Amino acid sequence: MEQLLFIILSVISVAAALCVIFVRNPIYSVLSLVITFFSIAGHYILLKAQFLAIVNIIVYAGAIMVLFLFVIMLLNLNNTENQEKRSFVSKAIAVVAGGLLLVSLVGLLKGSVLTPTTGGISSDDIGTVQRLGKVLFTDFVLPFEISSILFLSAIIGAVMLGKKDLKDH
Amino acid sequence: MEIFLLDKTIVVVIVFLITLLIAMYSTWAERKVAGFIQDRIGPNRAGIFGILQPLADGVKMFMKEEIIPTQADKALFIMAPGISMLTALLTSSVIPWGSYLEINGRQVMMQITDINIGMLYIFAVVSTGVYGIMIGGWSSNNKYSLMGALRASSQMISYELALGLALISVIMMTETLSLKSIVEYQAINGWNIIYQPLGFLIFFICALAECNRTPFDLPESEAELIGGYHTEYSSMKLGLFLFAEYVNMFISGAIMSALFFGGYNLPFHEELSTVFSHNTLAILGTVSFMLKTFTFIFIFMWIRWTVPRFRYDQLMHLGWKILLPLAMFNVVATGTVILIKMLW
Repeated sequence: MEQLLFIILSVISVAAALCVIFVRNPIYSVLSLVITFFSIAGHYILLKAQFLAIVNIIVYAGAIMVLFLFVIMLLNLNNTENQEKRSFVSKAIAVVAGGLLLVSLVGLLKGSVLTPTTGGISSDDIGTVQRLGKVLFTDFVLPFEISSILFLSAIIGAVMLGKKDLKDH
Repeated sequence: MEIFLLDKTIVVVIVFLITLLIAMYSTWAERKVAGFIQDRIGPNRAGIFGILQPLADGVKMFMKEEIIPTQADKALFIMAPGISMLTALLTSSVIPWGSYLEINGRQVMMQITDINIGMLYIFAVVSTGVYGIMIGGWSSNNKYSLMGALRASSQMISYELALGLALISVIMMTETLSLKSIVEYQAINGWNIIYQPLGFLIFFICALAECNRTPFDLPESEAELIGGYHTEYSSMKLGLFLFAEYVNMFISGAIMSALFFGGYNLPFHEELSTVFSHNTLAILGTVSFMLKTFTFIFIFMWIRWTVPRFRYDQLMHLGWKILLPLAMFNVVATGTVILIKMLW
C-alpha cells in the first residue's frame, strides 16, 4: 500500500517537475510547480512528517506560488516569441550555472550511503507538532531564534522598499 | 480493515451529499431572506414556499448555452470552476459533525478523519482556495475578469493572516490542533466564545472576506467589474462558481460553530444521557451543530442584504491595519493569561 502510494506520488512529482521546465506558458509552469509541491507534501506524509507536509502546502503552494501567479498574470509574460530571441551569452551563462549545480550535487551525493531508517526515527509521532515544538524550543532554540530575526529583518526590509516616499515618515 | 474503509466511504458520501444539499437550499434561503429584508415575498412559484426553486435553478443552469471565449485558455477555463468547488469541499473532511454512533457494537465516527493537524489542514485548504478564482479570471482573457481575480487573490492573502492569528489563540488555549479535541475541550470548559470574543469577531470578519461575501465581494462587484472573475462564464460553470461560494459559507459556519460555539456538545449532557440512548444523543448533538451552523449562514445573508460594499482602500486598511494588529494583540493577551494561570 505504502509502496504503491510512493510510486504514484513519485511519478506525479517527477512529471510535474519536468513540466515546470518544459512547458512554454509560464502560467502552466507555475501550476505544475504547485502540483509538485502537493505531491512532495504527500511524500512527507508517507515519511510521517505531517507538520512539514502541511506547512509545505501553506507556505509554498498557498502563499508563494499565489504571489508568483499574481506577478506573472500582472506582467502578462505570455508571449512565447521572446524565448527565441535569447542571446548566445545568456545561453552560455545558463549552461555554466546548470553545470555548476550538477557538479555540486554530484559532489554532495558521492560519498553518501543510503542507510535504512532505524526504529527510533520512524516512530509514529516523530513529525507531530508537539514533538517538533519541544525540539525547536530546547535543542535548536538558537538557530530558531536567529532565523526568526532573519525573517523580521526581511519583513522590515520589504516594508521599507514598499514605501514610496521615505521622507514623509 | 474492509469494514473500516466501508464505514469511511459511507461517511464521506453522506457528508458530501449533505453539504451539497445544504448549499443548494442556501441559494433558496438567500433569496427568501433577501425578500424578507427588502419587504418582498421571494421565490414562491416552484412548489410550496418555492421549495423546488433550487431544482428549477439547477435545470436552468444546465440548459443554458455554454460559451467559451475564442481567446480564452480552454483547458484552464474549463478546470477553474472545478478547482473552486474542490477546495470548497475539501475542508469538510476534518470537521467533527458529531460524536460516534454505535452500530452493531462498532463505533462509527461522525467525522471523516480526525488528524492531529486538523487546524493546519484548514489553513492549507483555505490558502489554496484562491487558485480557482485566479485561474478562472486569468484564463477568460478579459480585463474585468483579471481585475476581479487580482482583487480576489490580494483580498484572500490579506485576510488569511488575521484569520490564522485569530485561530492561534484558540489553539493556545485548547493546546491541540485536532478539531475533535477542541470540541471536547469545550464540553468541559465551556464554549470558547466566552474566552475568545475578540478572536471570534476577527475570525468571523475574515471568514466573510474569505467567502467573498458582501461587504467583501469586491472580486465580483457587478457595478464596476460586470461580474468580476466569472464575467465570461456561462451555464453550469458559472453555477459551480456560485455554488462553491455557498459551500464555503456552510463550511465556514460549521468551523465557527465547532471552534467557538461548542460544536456538537449539548447542554445538560449528564441529565440527558439518563433519558436517551447514546445514538439518539449523538444525533441530537449533530442536529444542534447544524442549527448553530444555519444560524451563521443566516447571519451571513443578513449582512449581505444590509451592509453596502467596502471601497478597495477601506478593505485593505481594515485587513492590514486593524484586524492584523488586533489579532496579534489577542495572541499576546491569551499568552499572558495562560502564563499567569500557570504561575498562580
